[in-house]
Amino acid sequence: MSGGHSEYVPSSGVGKWLDSRLPLPRLVYDSFIAYPVPRNLNGWYTFGAILSVMLIVMILTGVTLAMHYAASTQLAFDSVEHIERNVNYGWLIRSVHSNGASMFFVAVYIHIFRGMYYGSYKEPREVLWILGVLIFFLMMATAFMGYVLPWGQMSFWGATVITGFFSAIPLIGLGIQEWLLGGFAVDNATLNRFFSLHYLLPFMIAGVVVLHVWALHVTGQTNPTGVEVKNMKKETVPFTPFATIKDALAVVLFMVVFAWFIFYLPDFLGHPDNYVKADALKTPAHIVPEWYFLPFYAILRAITFNIGIPFTDIVLIDSKLGGVLAMFGSIAILFVLPWLDTSKVRSGSYRPMFRFFFWVFVVVTIILGYLGSRPAEGIYTVLSQIFTAYYFAHFIIILPFLGWYEKPSKVPPSIADAVLAGNAKLGSASSAQPAE
Amino acid sequence: MAAKKKPRTPEPTRRDFLYIATGAMGAVGAGAVVWPLVNQMSPDASTRALASIEVDVSSIEPGQAITVKWRGKPVFIRNRTSQEVEEANSVEIVELKDPLARNANAAEEPATDVNRSAGEGKENWIVMVGSCTHLGCVPVGLAGDFGGWFCPCHGSHYDTAGRIRKGPAPENLAIPPFEFVSDSTIKIG
Repeated sequence: MSGGHSEYVPSSGVGKWLDSRLPLPRLVYDSFIAYPVPRNLNGWYTFGAILSVMLIVMILTGVTLAMHYAASTQLAFDSVEHIERNVNYGWLIRSVHSNGASMFFVAVYIHIFRGMYYGSYKEPREVLWILGVLIFFLMMATAFMGYVLPWGQMSFWGATVITGFFSAIPLIGLGIQEWLLGGFAVDNATLNRFFSLHYLLPFMIAGVVVLHVWALHVTGQTNPTGVEVKNMKKETVPFTPFATIKDALAVVLFMVVFAWFIFYLPDFLGHPDNYVKADALKTPAHIVPEWYFLPFYAILRAITFNIGIPFTDIVLIDSKLGGVLAMFGSIAILFVLPWLDTSKVRSGSYRPMFRFFFWVFVVVTIILGYLGSRPAEGIYTVLSQIFTAYYFAHFIIILPFLGWYEKPSKVPPSIADAVLAGNAKLGSASSAQPAE
Repeated sequence: MAAKKKPRTPEPTRRDFLYIATGAMGAVGAGAVVWPLVNQMSPDASTRALASIEVDVSSIEPGQAITVKWRGKPVFIRNRTSQEVEEANSVEIVELKDPLARNANAAEEPATDVNRSAGEGKENWIVMVGSCTHLGCVPVGLAGDFGGWFCPCHGSHYDTAGRIRKGPAPENLAIPPFEFVSDSTIKIG
């Protein structure tokens, strides 16, 4: 849909001169002004723009916070308090950064679920989807290391638990863990390298975002019907002003919610234990990660049993390695989603059974998140195991099965037919579009 | 030139030589540059130097425990009551999730209570790295279903000999290298 031809005409002499030397204005014009977008995109398609803005917000506030932060076990905790109390507008910048992480994940989860609902990962957008999962993975690594920097109790023990994952690897695990930590436990060396990497990774994310947008502009955007654009003139509108205004409106509305957290609930999404300085000899009664990691944390804790050959004592995967594999597997499985969903129909709007199971899946991830916030005992462990099993079954059993079994409803022949004719079906389906 | 008639001469050309020589030097050079960049992350000399500590245990009465810091990790030293020792002794090895003693002071032996403790005559003493074998949290003493330790992070229960009995942890709590240098002093590490 990029068309392969450019309609950019430099208007000034300087523009012509530059265009034949470095056609950067042409690239911007073709990508963000003339770029055709399907005319039937709904509000759920604005989260890409929201995420781009959030990345910029996080880099700007992060770079300024780094001017006042001290990455040392002796100073880190106090330097964060110093930012809160003494640095001019430090309270604001830090609140934007810490709540920004949460809002970033709110936006990315909606963005991912939107992609799942409308089948955005399907051919020919597999690479686009994989790059997105890679960004998600980098975001998780960045957020985890950022959470360690204030050097509170949750910072310290979160870091201990997460780096403990690597000790689950047979034979070389302990060596890898010591190499990552730079010691035998989380300490000054760990804090310093996490700061360095926390500063580096957002720029790597920005790099992958460029690839993500590039891949998007090669294949063109999907749309709620899941039908590819057939008539450029009838079915698309230029990015500017149509998509720019719509994205800008969504960004502003998102910022209103964001600001509400920044100014009225600055610590609502955090944990009070992180205002206690890190203590290597005392674990908080109940370690929980930030809310956006809770579903994966529940999956980690669900594997409390060794996996071995039945009726023998041979253990193939002990419970610890099993939990770590399940947790990483729950993210890694997203990479192969394009090949697990075997349905020819792209959009969930025309897949009644898929739509049902999609919403079950959304509810299951929310329940897993709740279970991740509970203590790991009694009924919570059993429920975590059941819902973890369902999480994987959704990808490995339900999606391949649905592609074969489900009878999709009638897909409109083109976007124009669906939209311009005022398709009643799409109108009723709009009530079943993904919500947060 | 002969090369024009026969593109693949059996004789190596000067370019072949340069290609292989440059490639070999490049590979060795890249390795030599990468290794310091990777290895700088390993524990440094000052961390490795904190090898051993000595602890006075004379004031720990039966039923009491202390926690000391060794290599950045807590070490539990518990003077167990005879009842706690008996409890641990009454467990059959086959009931244990991890049947090995995990004692750095002895070769791989079964996880009997005496193999876990400071040895015959000092069965009441148990010294362990206070770091859950699951993901490294510090277990809480005198807690859990077996009267030993309980890890609040992910719910692992250890008995009075520090053996894993329930929950996700794969191994018994590790016993560091230690010895009684006198009746009242333990050297760890």
